[in-house]
Amino acid sequence: MKPAPFVHHAPRTVEEAVAVLAQVGTDGKVLAGGQSLVPLLSMRLATPGHLVDIGGVTGLDGLDVTDEHVRVGALVRHAGLERHDGAAAALPLLRQAVRHVAHPAIRTRGTTVGSIAHADPAGEMPAVAALTGAVVEVVGQGGAREVAAADFFVGPLETTLAPDEMVVAVRFGRLPAGTRTRFTESARRSGDYALAGVALAVQVDGATVAGARASFVSVTPVPDVLDLTPAVGGHPVDDLPLDAVADAVAAHVDPDSDIHAGADYRRMLAAELTRRALATVTTEVTVGAA
Amino acid sequence: MSAPAADAPLPMTLQVNGVVRTLSAPARRLLSDALRHDLGLTGTHVGCEHGVCGACTVLVDGEPARSCLMFAVSAQGHAITTVEGVGDDPAALSPVQQALAECHGLQCGFCTPGFVTTITAYLDEHPDPTEDEAREAISGNLCRCTGYQNIVKAVLRAAELRREERA
Ligand SMILES: Cc1cc2nc3c(=O)[nH]c(=O)nc-3n(C[C@H](O)[C@H](O)[C@H](O)COP(=O)(O)OP(=O)(O)OC[C@H]3O[C@@H](n4cnc5c(N)ncnc54)[C@H](O)[C@@H]3O)c2cc1C
Ligand code: FES
Ligand code: FES
Repeated sequence: MKPAPFVHHAPRTVEEAVAVLAQVGTDGKVLAGGQSLVPLLSMRLATPGHLVDIGGVTGLDGLDVTDEHVRVGALVRHAGLERHDGAAAALPLLRQAVRHVAHPAIRTRGTTVGSIAHADPAGEMPAVAALTGAVVEVVGQGGAREVAAADFFVGPLETTLAPDEMVVAVRFGRLPAGTRTRFTESARRSGDYALAGVALAVQVDGATVAGARASFVSVTPVPDVLDLTPAVGGHPVDDLPLDAVADAVAAHVDPDSDIHAGADYRRMLAAELTRRALATVTTEVTVGAA
Repeated sequence: MSAPAADAPLPMTLQVNGVVRTLSAPARRLLSDALRHDLGLTGTHVGCEHGVCGACTVLVDGEPARSCLMFAVSAQGHAITTVEGVGDDPAALSPVQQALAECHGLQCGFCTPGFVTTITAYLDEHPDPTEDEAREAISGNLCRCTGYQNIVKAVLRAAELRREERA
């Protein structure tokens, strides 16, 4: 259970970091909080020859709220996002979801951007990125580019990031006024990866639901968005066709079986969690509460 | 395979329990191993080595973190606190250590250093937890002996002791 030897690089700037990444190519990996990468190294599931430790890179720890988005820098820890009242007020879904990521002692080191770069379908924050139409800010040798979440995730643990590129920030899109959000999941033990989970954004107009969208944890190969508007649009917020919603979710998700749960059980769980989450949107979410 | 240079020992400077320590170790040295083997601080225990059990939890700049998921080389420039830094004198236990002893919050003691650091940091931020909050606070640490009930009690007792200490 010890990592294989590697060369440790400690760049001070993004430019230095991508220069090293370009030089070492596919033999290099970015090391951020290490909460996913170090276990993979210790189990020798990954044996990169070079680690580009971005812990000392300046300018990556910003968390900024604007009218359009919440921008989370690559060194913002899950715990920092969780604590940030401005982010929670602007986009309550962030705090609602990040509290479900592992345990506090993992959240103090693990970065939110790292979990998006890691692209684990069992991760909470990739689902939030998908649902909020997040933009991934990428820098490589050739310069900067921006990638929509929908174009970033291509498969389990697979993104469109090139070996010489790193993510410097993710901009989570703020949702229109009148949007109520929920995040719920089911895990066998507190802090475990969820068997299934759902992030929900419901657009409420007076007493009527104008639209609803959902993204999922652990039941889709990439965190994509299911539009539930055909099922719930135009219905009164306190009398929604929950069975139709559950059916739509069951048809959309595509879970795998593993030692923790079978595919059918996960599908049922995703549908039921969405039903329950939707049933709670009659009550206004207090800004910042989870 | 990687060039031999990859495993060359690097000089490192760590600040542990308020003391500046130097060591020489390859980049792949985990902080948990650096503390135990290079610095002789064997209070930090190593169970799963992949972040799940919590036995290796130390404080990094006051916040709990898994020392098995950090490289020593990356821990430079941070203030590391191990269980020895929380309290290493049986005659002068910290409130959390005293509470664990009083409440029978340990049996074999393997998990205890991780609980001590985790609970200490938790109470710094939440000085007056409810029982449910106390249970949630320790949910990232595994104990194979106690069944947790007495550890939950110890969290509440430690909060009480800290309040008395301050009063
Ligand atoms: C016990 C345990 C339980 C966990 N439970 C959960 C859970 O329930 N839900 C969950 O979502 N996560 C969970 N995690 C993982 C945790 O959220 C990680 O923090 C996160 O997945 C990765 O962030 P990191 O900063 O630690 O990245 P690292 O581990 O440093 O890196 C992960 C991967 O992303 C790449 N990467 C990281 N940052 C960048 C960047 N800026 N640019 C390009 N590539 C980058 C790395 O090269 C690597 O491939 C758990 C971890 C542990 C140990
Ligand atoms: S040894 Fe580090 S968490 Fe188990
Ligand atoms: S006291 Fe033995 S593992 Fe906790």
